[in-house]
Amino acid sequence: MSQHTIGNSNYNSQQLYDADETIPVGFTVNGTHHTLQLTAATTLLDALREYMHLTGTKKGCDHGQCGACTVLLNGKRVNACLILAVTKDGADITTIEGIATADMLHPLQAAFIEHDAFQCGYCTPGQICSALGMLQEGRANTAEEIRELMSGNLCRCGAYTNIVDAILQYKNGGGRD
Amino acid sequence: MEVAVTKFSFTKATDANDAVLKASSLTNAAFIAGGTNLVDLMKENVARPGALVDINQLPLHTITETEEGGLMIGALVTNAATAYNPLVEKHYPLLSKAILAGASPQLRNMATAGGNLLQRTRCYYFYDTATACNKRNPGSGCPAINGFNRMHAILGASEACIAVHPSDMCIALAALNARIHVLGTGGTRTIGFNGFHRLPAETPEAENNLQPGELITAIELPAEDFSSHYQYIKVRDRSSYAFALVSVAVALQMDGNIIKEARLALGGVAHKPWRNPVVEEHLRNQQISAPLLQDAAEMMLAGARGYGHNNFKIELAKRVIIRAINEAAGIL
Repeated sequence: MSQHTIGNSNYNSQQLYDADETIPVGFTVNGTHHTLQLTAATTLLDALREYMHLTGTKKGCDHGQCGACTVLLNGKRVNACLILAVTKDGADITTIEGIATADMLHPLQAAFIEHDAFQCGYCTPGQICSALGMLQEGRANTAEEIRELMSGNLCRCGAYTNIVDAILQYKNGGGRD
Repeated sequence: MEVAVTKFSFTKATDANDAVLKASSLTNAAFIAGGTNLVDLMKENVARPGALVDINQLPLHTITETEEGGLMIGALVTNAATAYNPLVEKHYPLLSKAILAGASPQLRNMATAGGNLLQRTRCYYFYDTATACNKRNPGSGCPAINGFNRMHAILGASEACIAVHPSDMCIALAALNARIHVLGTGGTRTIGFNGFHRLPAETPEAENNLQPGELITAIELPAEDFSSHYQYIKVRDRSSYAFALVSVAVALQMDGNIIKEARLALGGVAHKPWRNPVVEEHLRNQQISAPLLQDAAEMMLAGARGYGHNNFKIELAKRVIIRAINEAAGIL
């Protein structure tokens, strides 16, 4: 594994930043580079929602328990609510806004619609990002494994069985009729 | 929008020595790596560091084979990368299984090996700043002892604290005799796993034997073969993504039905992973049998005490021990 490097060249790595000071931090989000000035206490979730105005990623519990804030960080699914943004300078991030292409839904999004895999929809962006991250990991081959490896995403409407069906259909290459 | 926390300063460490120097010189400093536990505790106002020293960019992200034939897991390797590492899966499958029993896939992608050792208890009173807690506020009392204590300790607790260590990974590391490599202002040292975490005694705020400013750099797994006979059983209130009520890690070396070497560690029952060398010696060179395992389970729970809501854990732990040893030995 390669050594991590600090992504933003104007970052002063020796500096001690006071609590109220902002720190330069750069991300590539859904293919677009963003440069921000954030205090150290700003989470990646708040950076996305409040500073980059990408509100597709949801704040549910804000404690890493519900998965509504799941995004892909350098290709891995993570809880954006428990990450201090300044610790991920230079990261490549994909949010729900980066899943579809132009006016075409991602096939997993289409499968969620086809299978009625949500009711209120609040958990759905996290469910979809988490499912895409899970399938990249290559460890979920059965419905049982999908249930276990999607356990970090809660759905209070209880659409779990339909979520598993949607993921299975997408994984097996099934599209809409 | 910011985390509603006590104000803290922030700096990035340039290398491990710089990290130790900064953590030692800044007031009430904490290292931050994955942040899965620390950021949560800061949001709850339970952890109130004066400064965070970011160590994510240090070169501690690899798993390498040691000259002795063991493995050295860098402190910043994520839980997921550890569990799914081919060498870990092949030689230390007990560790993979325990890690994958913990947290969620998202958290396992963030949480680091070093951080796992340092995670704090999930005792509800520790998390609730409206209540007393000797761990959070030494001397204030322990409401868990006479309160809601379903998740709490049955072994090694004290009048000051009955909290349990929440880790799954650490239960496997304890059974595997892992060693912790640390760096401090005085140089490096190695701590045996059993000597790393502490029982609460009169100072439950001290959870491990790290010195101020000391940095975990790696976890070393010795070259021992427990890849054929192992089991990790975790009993919890739901089938995934919950902390253990009781967990049992078993690692055996078998010769037919004879136990040649036995390791047994319990989680969810004490302030640290619970081992008892006397029980492991009792099992050694014995033919596996129901009375032997019943004896081992009784010995392992010797001195156990319930606090009301958690009395069930004593019998539960015995039964899980017996089942886990049988399954590890291949006797179902």
